[in-house]
Amino acid sequence: MNFDFSDEQKQMRDAARKFLTEKCPPKAVREVLDGKAPYDKELWKGLAEMGFLGVAIPEQFGGAGAGHLELCVIAEEMGRANAPVPFSSTVYLAAEALLLAGSDAQKQKWLPKIASGAAIGTLALFEGKGNPSPKAIKLQASGGTLNGVKRPVPDGAIADFAVVAARTGSTERDSDISLFLVDLKAGGVEAKPLTNVDPTRGQAELTFTKANAEPLGAAGEGWSILTQVLDRAAVLLAFEQVGGSDRALEMGRDYALDRIAFGRPIGSFQAVKHMLADMYVSATLARSNCYYGAWALSTNASELPEAAAAARISATQAFQHCSKNNIQVHGGMGFTWEFDCHMYYRRANTTALTLGSLSYWEDQLIDRMRKKNAA
Amino acid sequence: MNFDDTPQEAAFRAEARAWIQANAPKQYEEELRKSSLGRTVLKGANILDVAKAWQKKKADAGWACLHWPKEYGGRGASPIERVIWQQEEGPFGKLSGMFIIGHGMCGPTMMAYAGEEQKREYLPPLASGEKIWCQLFSEPAGGSDVAGLRTRAEKKGDDWIINGQKIWTSGAHYSDYGILLTRTDPNVPKHKGLTMFFLDMKSPGVEVRPIRQASGQSDFNEVYFTDVKIPDSQRLGAVNDGWNVSLTTLMNERMSIGAGVATGFPELFEFCNSLMLEDGPAIEDRSVRSRLANYAVKASGLRYTSMRAISALSKGERPGPENSIGKLVAGSMVQEVAMYALDLQGAAGVLSGPEDAEVAGKFQAMLLRAPGTRVEGGTDEIMRNIIAERVLGLPGDIRVDKDVPFNQIPTKGRT
Repeated sequence: MNFDFSDEQKQMRDAARKFLTEKCPPKAVREVLDGKAPYDKELWKGLAEMGFLGVAIPEQFGGAGAGHLELCVIAEEMGRANAPVPFSSTVYLAAEALLLAGSDAQKQKWLPKIASGAAIGTLALFEGKGNPSPKAIKLQASGGTLNGVKRPVPDGAIADFAVVAARTGSTERDSDISLFLVDLKAGGVEAKPLTNVDPTRGQAELTFTKANAEPLGAAGEGWSILTQVLDRAAVLLAFEQVGGSDRALEMGRDYALDRIAFGRPIGSFQAVKHMLADMYVSATLARSNCYYGAWALSTNASELPEAAAAARISATQAFQHCSKNNIQVHGGMGFTWEFDCHMYYRRANTTALTLGSLSYWEDQLIDRMRKKNAA
Repeated sequence: MNFDDTPQEAAFRAEARAWIQANAPKQYEEELRKSSLGRTVLKGANILDVAKAWQKKKADAGWACLHWPKEYGGRGASPIERVIWQQEEGPFGKLSGMFIIGHGMCGPTMMAYAGEEQKREYLPPLASGEKIWCQLFSEPAGGSDVAGLRTRAEKKGDDWIINGQKIWTSGAHYSDYGILLTRTDPNVPKHKGLTMFFLDMKSPGVEVRPIRQASGQSDFNEVYFTDVKIPDSQRLGAVNDGWNVSLTTLMNERMSIGAGVATGFPELFEFCNSLMLEDGPAIEDRSVRSRLANYAVKASGLRYTSMRAISALSKGERPGPENSIGKLVAGSMVQEVAMYALDLQGAAGVLSGPEDAEVAGKFQAMLLRAPGTRVEGGTDEIMRNIIAERVLGLPGDIRVDKDVPFNQIPTKGRT
């Protein structure tokens, strides 16, 4: 049994950590947090040069053709660094949708641009409140154009193209949903940035008015493709969440060792030690669930739907737990703008929602476990 | 990343599987499979006899204490082979319960500190289950603070005379031997005046009194020592070095990997799949699904954490500290699972008789046994201290009695 990343994959993780430590210090994250830039363009360029944007994209489409285990270790580092770039939208959502359902021409058009950093992509799925569901999709597709409104769309205001879920029939059935590719710079789409809990990752409203769109995948297959894209993205985003959990735990641990009160380091008080021990427990459970997700993703195993849901839930819980208790360990200083704790707290609570909330994934997990049980 | 055996591992697994297939007590398989925390019952058979017979059979064929050297009754197997054996043994592994302390803690301590002749005499019957061992550490005045123990050992000629009381001794009532931690010098700080021995539990002056647990069962005992004589040749380690000897024992307690800890989740999932609530099947209820999902990811998280440790063993590496979370997570989880299963039963959840209760009272038995799992082998709080100190590198607790001679530590009237 070798339920671990290979030495080469671990080296890649180290390389990503070294790169991000240098190019994405908290100071760089704050530039975006403070609204001075919509995302870190320099970092985005650097990620492309390092080959990280196209790590799981085949060589024929301009990528490194390494694979999804490699992408998982990079995702972990992106989460650890709280990187203020549209990595998850472009790489986990748009690129995965293209890889799963794109025609050769579509792949040829967009994937090399993703790998080189020339194009930012996203998935336009949600239309207001609620979780992923075919009946929540109202945006209409007809005659090769789209009409309707999507929000929130992650990185929607900076994206060059979007995969859009649209209605092509009038019932609540899955088969009434189809996916489309839309060049957001070609007219017919208006993007409005929306204020959100984590300014280091933008959210936007996209209004489609007779926007030209080409089908992505077969008509009526949209929901089925979407489900697979969300599962794949769930595993990858879970690695970001695990990276963030670990960093929040480390920050808490370091502060507990450094801060003296009542004549001793606060990390010598059991109330604080036990809080940090519990953070370690959730981070470890999440990491192990994520490893299983990584295995299922990289081998396209039939276990992927269940593994993805488990990784998603576990990592969401861990990141929320670690980031909130990191603030608690820091006390009042943890609640200042100046300390970095809130950046992780913000990121934890937005990543918890971007692919559908905890309760949605809980429901999915039990559905999938039942199906496996019945089979 | 894969779950495949290496060719050697696959060969070992096939050999183990074939032997188990041909030799295991199949008539008990179903009952063992269904047994859960708080209830392992074999109808019409004494579990002690069945367990001893299975252990002896394994030992005769070279499948007992796999990681021990052959000359002491083991197989000289690698750590990963031991894990593979446990996986293959499956439900029959539940018959090893009464040997865990002997094999996991007493044996390794004997191996590290007993004389060669003693090892050859005592270890093979321990491996084969013919002799059962217990561990006599905890006392009324020293549970989590085990170094605070007060049982005295006084040198008289070539013997030591033991007086005092132990408590929470698992299996003392059916044990043949025990390892015993005593105080030999009360005039020095508490960790520096302890000495370890092993002894025959049938020695004159040893009295075992079973403790009736809150669950109504009796797994633990009080053991009283009145002028019990132990020859100096049965001392393990140097006089007053017993604390270091005990660390060997406790380290082994926490190294056991792959045995799998009971979370109660598989039982709860199965139960919810069949339970009908007022509005329909429990498994279709949103709140039930949410709770189930939360337990599911804890259970799978523990399973894959253990697989990561097994992978390290497979590569010949030392597993990381991740495995220290198992007992802490599973202990409180099994308790919550039991409470939730009863909650789903509504008012009828109060019933615990096998004939009247849902699933023959499985969750009621689990509920009553669960508090013990959060205390035995290190309380939840001690486990959190271990994680905080050894994994995260946080400072140890401030120990006000660390440098004080033992007999000057305040006792609040205890002697």
